[in-house]
Amino acid sequence: MKSMSTGEPLQLEMRHISIEFPGVKALDDVQFTTSTGTVHALVGANGAGKSTLMKVLTGVYPHYTGEIRIGGRKADIRSPRDAKDLGIQIVHQEVDTALVSYLTVGENIMLDRMIHDHGKKQWVNWPALYRQAQQVLDRLNVRIPLRKRVDELSLAEKQMTLIARAIARDCRFLILDEPTAPLSHSETEELFRVVRDLKARNVGVIFISHRLPELFEICDEMTIMRDGRFVIREAIRNLTPGQVVEYMLGRKLEQQFPKHRATPGEPALVVKNFSDDSGKVKNVSFYVRKGEVVGIAGLVGAGKTELCKAIFGHTKASGERILNGKPLKIRTPTDAVRAGLALVPEERRKEGVLVEESVATNITTVVLSRLCRFFGTVLDFGLERTLSRRMIDDLGIKTPSEAALVRNLSGGNQQKVAIGKWLVADAEVYIFDEPTKGVDVGAKRDIFQLIARLVEQGKSVIYASCELSEIMGITDRVYVMYDGMIVKELETANTNEEELLFYSTGGK
Amino acid sequence: MSDSNIEKTVHPSPEADPGPAPNRRPSVSRFEWFQFFYRYGTIITIVLLILFFGLATDSFLQGQNIINILRSISIVTIIAIGLTISLSVGGFDLSVGSTASLACAVVMSMFVWYAQPTWIGVLAAIGTCLLVGVLNSLLIIRFKIPDMLLTLAVMFVIQGVALTYSRGATISQNMVMPDGSFAAGQIPKLFTKFGQVPGIIIIMLVIVLLVHLFLNYTRHGRYMYVIGGNMEAARLSGIPVNRYRVAAYLLSSLFAAIGGIILAARIMRAEVNAGAPYLMDAVAAAFIGFSVFGAGKPNALGTFFGAVLIGILQNGLVMMSVPYYAMDIVKGGVLAFALALTYYRKR
Repeated sequence: MKSMSTGEPLQLEMRHISIEFPGVKALDDVQFTTSTGTVHALVGANGAGKSTLMKVLTGVYPHYTGEIRIGGRKADIRSPRDAKDLGIQIVHQEVDTALVSYLTVGENIMLDRMIHDHGKKQWVNWPALYRQAQQVLDRLNVRIPLRKRVDELSLAEKQMTLIARAIARDCRFLILDEPTAPLSHSETEELFRVVRDLKARNVGVIFISHRLPELFEICDEMTIMRDGRFVIREAIRNLTPGQVVEYMLGRKLEQQFPKHRATPGEPALVVKNFSDDSGKVKNVSFYVRKGEVVGIAGLVGAGKTELCKAIFGHTKASGERILNGKPLKIRTPTDAVRAGLALVPEERRKEGVLVEESVATNITTVVLSRLCRFFGTVLDFGLERTLSRRMIDDLGIKTPSEAALVRNLSGGNQQKVAIGKWLVADAEVYIFDEPTKGVDVGAKRDIFQLIARLVEQGKSVIYASCELSEIMGITDRVYVMYDGMIVKELETANTNEEELLFYSTGGK
Repeated sequence: MSDSNIEKTVHPSPEADPGPAPNRRPSVSRFEWFQFFYRYGTIITIVLLILFFGLATDSFLQGQNIINILRSISIVTIIAIGLTISLSVGGFDLSVGSTASLACAVVMSMFVWYAQPTWIGVLAAIGTCLLVGVLNSLLIIRFKIPDMLLTLAVMFVIQGVALTYSRGATISQNMVMPDGSFAAGQIPKLFTKFGQVPGIIIIMLVIVLLVHLFLNYTRHGRYMYVIGGNMEAARLSGIPVNRYRVAAYLLSSLFAAIGGIILAARIMRAEVNAGAPYLMDAVAAAFIGFSVFGAGKPNALGTFFGAVLIGILQNGLVMMSVPYYAMDIVKGGVLAFALALTYYRKR
């Protein structure tokens, strides 16, 4: 253990890295330098080229130009195997894609070693395998049952399993891609402890994240990218969050949260004694008024998403839903849409938009029957085009045309499409579930402005998020959820992030 | 807390700022051979095959032979159109072949055993086959069984049902009944028209056209494609997903039934497992159809051209004296090629 921490710092240099794909120059003369024993933040808005740069470093894209040096020696990384042999490991954001769900934790941890370092041996020595896996977990000071199947683990445990796999082989540089996005507060603390541990053992950690406060907490240095180019590399103590955002955007950020001028009116949607069948939502009661943004605050796993989906009729639930004084009968999302509810779901690509369809098809899905002639049957392509062009202009969706496939848009613009399709539907109550997840700072602001515009038109908005700063910025009233229950109702003006966090973590 | 800090910013030094990125313009677009081939490959292949067979044999390009080809693909096309609809909602109905066998047996038995008029025979066959659609959609939607596996199971069940119903024998006029007597019923004149030129070709063309219009120009067709593209997103957009999936399986069974009925009218009897050979041809036609005109998804016109391609191949090869038993090699090869095109593009 101690032998590891005494190693000399080893420098990793990427110089003049450029890479081109059909249609775009994704990286343009980028430089990136870090060394072992350092936690280095890599920051940029969506599409800045962070992931591309890391894919070059991990050998996913072999056709780059430029030079990579490790410890002063030239390293020609052209395949994932090259990168792994040089001790460069990555833990992706989507942990499930890297894990084999049928296998146990131990087998998953030792997977790379079984594949690469097994030599001519044909038999698996199970006791040795589990012993070695246990040693790896001990090094991380993490406790996960080794013989548990991976599909029974929590997200945080899966992530730790991947980190364990990365350090099971010789690991000099560990890339963590948005590792905290799905984690709860205490899980994040645990991750940071592991990161600090690795740093003390002379591992270089490259940390990609959108959450600036975290980066200031854990990182030593920062590299900022924008539009496929290198902007600046600086020690973190010389930077402020404001500066970082400014470098990311290339301009000064105006007021992040536009304040809406609506005054709340009559209660629109009232939810009473509401529980879902899976038991993730327990006896919830709340209401939202016309012209009001109500926040549902809570950590990941508190039941916010389940609540949103249950209200929308996606999952079976019991309890009352009353809209404008009339009780609603909602058994499917179809009923909910008819009643005037709209849901912008959390998993944008999986649930929010149709990635293989055009922008126009996406925007008109909900209102299609109104766009059709002959009793709402035959499509009117002209009307569809006009309507979607209007939405594209209104929302500032960056797309070559309304016929472009949504797959080719950036995350923020996809989210605007997901919201746009509900704007044309002209619903009464809009439910947003983590709408800013994976969205860059500029698009975030656009989304907030949209929400402000909605309530100014007298609509009601339910805003569910674990980003407490957003809850503070955009809502009028907040309900805090913990373990499937609403534990506290607060006026946003009379509270602060600390108080929200206190109740979200189960404080009483 | 980061956001409250954003207001009090320090100005970054100008040297650090690379300014707007002028290098992000698209690279020079070159002629995309793959795209072109993907889009028009089927049509080009059809044209080339026609030229080749036209030159290699004397009789291929004669009017009578063209009509022969159209007649020979009409049953495949009708069954494949049903399959196309099930594919459009992201399903896969493998039971169409045996459903066609069932329709064939039921319609024939109505005439031969029970001496019923045309309309009763046709309605009985369609009604029976719609029950298959109900069974398929019920099991797929309620029990959440993957489409392909469930319809594979139903394929066997229905094959057995059809065989049991016909007592494992061919149903034809004047057949010997189990009690030793001869069946008295006759096939109505009107019914035989369905299986003859031009009726059989007209029915096929009308079905292709109607389904093409349905899938591309109506709200319901759009919904089906949306469901096929992303069921979860479709559900959360308020589309009654299950209702459309049921409809798709019912339509699939309906067209399989029509295919089976026409088959009965064409060969004037119900042979054992008559519809089964049409399954693979229909699958091939539908998947070749994916690429036609670059649709990239199941579509009625494409399916028709897919069937034309298979029909021409089969007809031409027979004329060139390739034995019938080698035909499956060619057809399977064409299907594999079409699948390769579809999935290579999706990569």
